[in-house]
Amino acid sequence: MKNNADIIIIGSGVIGNAAAYYLAKKGCSVIVLEKSESIGNGGSSRNGGGVRQSGRDKRELPLAMYGIKNIWPTLSEELDMDVEYYQQGNLRLGKTEAHRNILSGLTKNAADGGLNVRMIDGEEARAICPYLSEEVTGASWCPTDGHANPMLTTLAYYRKARQLGVRFITGEGVQEIRKIRGKARQVVTQNAVYEGETIILAAGYESREIASQLGIDIPMTQALLEVLVTEALPPMFYQMLGTAAADFYGHQSTHGSFVFGGSSGFEGVNRDNGTPTTASITASCICRGIMKYFPMLEEAKIVRSWAGWMDVCADMVPVISPVEEVPGLIIAAAFSGHGFGIAPTVGLLLSEMATAKTTTLDLSAFRYDRFKAKI
Amino acid sequence: MMNKINDRSRNLGDYSVGADDAMIICRCEEITKGDIRQAVHAGMFTLTEIRRYLRTGMGLCQGQTCGRLIKGIVARELGVSPLDLEPAVSRAPMRPIEMKVLGNER
Repeated sequence: MKNNADIIIIGSGVIGNAAAYYLAKKGCSVIVLEKSESIGNGGSSRNGGGVRQSGRDKRELPLAMYGIKNIWPTLSEELDMDVEYYQQGNLRLGKTEAHRNILSGLTKNAADGGLNVRMIDGEEARAICPYLSEEVTGASWCPTDGHANPMLTTLAYYRKARQLGVRFITGEGVQEIRKIRGKARQVVTQNAVYEGETIILAAGYESREIASQLGIDIPMTQALLEVLVTEALPPMFYQMLGTAAADFYGHQSTHGSFVFGGSSGFEGVNRDNGTPTTASITASCICRGIMKYFPMLEEAKIVRSWAGWMDVCADMVPVISPVEEVPGLIIAAAFSGHGFGIAPTVGLLLSEMATAKTTTLDLSAFRYDRFKAKI
Repeated sequence: MMNKINDRSRNLGDYSVGADDAMIICRCEEITKGDIRQAVHAGMFTLTEIRRYLRTGMGLCQGQTCGRLIKGIVARELGVSPLDLEPAVSRAPMRPIEMKVLGNER
């Protein structure tokens, strides 16, 4: 098979797969290279599934709002596969005055950015979600937020892109992007050399090492997140949930199971054996957090827990940018734990960036060279 | 461990309906043999992908009953040995456990 294509994408996460799909739809030939043996095995399959606008950095808000207005509502139909998208709102819950102050600040920022989000009291929160405990005394409420299934969304983009002729190769770790006559052109793996007119680097945290060989450094680190999954329960509510205290976040899925993320506070010093590993104390801690807000879930059985890494940028928003110093290279990485909800928008914008001069939305806030020393 | 190179565009041949496609393999999530075979043809080439795509092994038993059967079906569909397929990761807890028990510090 030919190792040449219009576009080479490094990383088969939801960002790379979405970009591959939108590029294939435009008629481009695309090769996607994935280091892992499985498609979307990083953060794309290991996140809470939030499709939120509220609580976002104002730079990201236009991307989130665009996707929720224009892409998410019809994504299952477009990809011919149910991605389990629900748009039943986001409740960010508070129990104390300090919590409500945090929520008011977030709400004001989002409302200033044009989002329909407001503070509600405990009674109104319980009218929306009757299972909430009396401890909840306030919440921010964004009715147009929601959630989707991240594993299915990632695989749906993969499946559709593959049907459209995109070539995916797994177990193919990239060693180097090589310039030819000053332009990024070759992607070198242990087994082969691939060539493309444009190269999109969307490999999460691993993007840093690959880009650094070209003299480009994206200041990011990786941080662990842990999630637990309950047995299937009867349908109860489909709001996306978060808390001011960051005790937990999550939702009930189509399957009936609840998916709840959280932390123990020791993530920064967890043992690290090279794979994301759950710590014995974290799921218990998340359970204690959940039961304060949802006492009726105390008998729900936990069937599974898992961990994943987020690629966390120094300023907590991603890099989505052409690299002028290395013509032909585009970087889309460091999504900082909130990439999933904006992935369809980002995939679409990457397809525009790779094929045209302009993009539907302004991406200048996400440039690769925005990082400056403090003095 | 080195991952094996896996070209997802390689030709698996046409999907042919099998006489036992309606047989339930994953009892917890009620997934049939036909579902699993079709998932392979849709591009799900690893047990991890099959699990995320279909929910096989994601129910109460966490794949302790059907794991080997699914491995055999996927291997045959891909034309490889079952030994070539990495098992999906086993996840804690070993048995389903109530939130109030798991969350109890004492």
